[in-house]
Amino acid sequence: MKKIIDEDAVATLAAPVAEPANPAAPRLMTLNMGPQHPSTHGVLRIMLELEGETIRKAAPDIGFLHTGIEKECEQKNWQQVVTLTDRVDYLANLSNNLVYALAVEKLLQIEIPPRAQWMRVMMAEFSRLNSHLVWLGTHALDIGAMSVFFYCFREREDILRILEMFSGQRMMTSYIRIGGLALEPPRGWEKAVGKFIRAFPSKVDEYESLLDANPIWTRRTQGVGYISLEDMLDLGVTGPMIRAAGLKWDIRKSEPYSSYGKFDFEVPTRTENDVYARYRVRLTEMRQSARIITQALEGMPEGAWTADAPHVVLPDREKMKTQMEALIYHFKIVTEGFRVPAGEIYQCIESPRGEIGYYIVSDGTSKPYRVHMRTPSFGNLQALPVLLKDTLIADSIAALGSMDFVLGDTDR
Amino acid sequence: MNHEAILETHEAFGERTLIADPAQIVHLCRYLRHEEKFLRLSAVTAVDWYPAEPRFEVVYHLHSVEKNLRLRVKCRLESAHPEIESVYEVWRAADWYEREVYDMFGIRFLNHPNLVRILMPVDWEGHPLRKDYPVHGYKYSYPEES
Repeated sequence: MKKIIDEDAVATLAAPVAEPANPAAPRLMTLNMGPQHPSTHGVLRIMLELEGETIRKAAPDIGFLHTGIEKECEQKNWQQVVTLTDRVDYLANLSNNLVYALAVEKLLQIEIPPRAQWMRVMMAEFSRLNSHLVWLGTHALDIGAMSVFFYCFREREDILRILEMFSGQRMMTSYIRIGGLALEPPRGWEKAVGKFIRAFPSKVDEYESLLDANPIWTRRTQGVGYISLEDMLDLGVTGPMIRAAGLKWDIRKSEPYSSYGKFDFEVPTRTENDVYARYRVRLTEMRQSARIITQALEGMPEGAWTADAPHVVLPDREKMKTQMEALIYHFKIVTEGFRVPAGEIYQCIESPRGEIGYYIVSDGTSKPYRVHMRTPSFGNLQALPVLLKDTLIADSIAALGSMDFVLGDTDR
Repeated sequence: MNHEAILETHEAFGERTLIADPAQIVHLCRYLRHEEKFLRLSAVTAVDWYPAEPRFEVVYHLHSVEKNLRLRVKCRLESAHPEIESVYEVWRAADWYEREVYDMFGIRFLNHPNLVRILMPVDWEGHPLRKDYPVHGYKYSYPEES
């Protein structure tokens, strides 16, 4: 199957190698990186044009993981789409659940009780920790620091166990649903979360001491992968990348959702704008996430965990067996789903990778008319040619890793 | 906000939407970027209203970090001529988003630097997110599947 992204790069490939008219002119070589390169963390192909060891041009080729999720969304009823959102960004699935649920709830105009909102915040922060841990482990592995990977995955395992405790699933949790949460928080969750979150900050110190005391790590990351802030804004880059360039912009602060406004946390920024700065920003974000989770644990409001919207939320098993009305609602929701008033909405949240925005159009039926996912990886990856231009090929691995993209998120 | 390309304005759920004249989209975008400081183009997408006419809506989501403001601009296109000027020269972020819309809806962006398919293979026929494109049974990747 032919798939060409950059006609210029291909033309260079196909052109016969002629003796340069000017012997001093550099001879370029085209190198195909990927789609199965280990440091691309998925299936990304990059066509590199090299002059010696310097990259003169990089042309990313995406679409290998395209699964047609947006088309699929139009075939499912509103609640079923939640399971598809899990599979978009599989490292931060709860953020995807959350943004979809928030968007549809706005269209439905239902109020989410405080307990569910706080629980959602806690879950979203767990997914941020999970994603950053996978990023740190694999990024360090790419650069040559092997052991960090094991430390990061040790904590990730604990998080996955907590997610399993809540939802019964480790990765594709679908825990945040339209109208609240999928299940009542399990008995003893405070103990499990408390045990993890008390130990976690010292674990972050461990990663920090493992890496910052490592001269190979600091030399391979400092001053590498520079891209100007203007370029990033123009190219649609969001998230930790942009905060490492000094712009203090976090959607959790600027457009608070799901009661993020009630939490006390800092938005870390750096000004160096290199791979090292992005690492520092994400490391500090992990500490801030731990702070948010601690606050959520200590101040968790009492009350309902689903909205008072019987036409949207499945009734209690108990009620369904004893009350006629609950039985009717249950039957309606299960057989045809619920209808969402016609309208359109763009809801965005801060995912671990940046701005994730769902544009949802409803035509008043029980299925979405159109769901567009503005995913952070797609926007960030677009800056890759600018980021890699005129860098050494050995540095491209560090620069690529610092973007923290997920190809499932890019291709959807 | 006052510009001759704006045909209608409405507001819902705290979000502002402009319906713009597709012929003047670049003109309007340049104004929004430079005068109204919408430095970021969050996304470009489209909606297919088949079989209604005008069939396509191209949707631009703009964002201003400075003003903490979001704006949606929509252009309606007839199915006979699904073409609109590219806004690549205003925001480079439009590059991939417009390619995606072209790939998925078959809307052509004039003066786009590299308008080729981005998610589907280059030799793919049809545009998957159009409403008249079936979910199953239209095309198979491998002959033995059918």
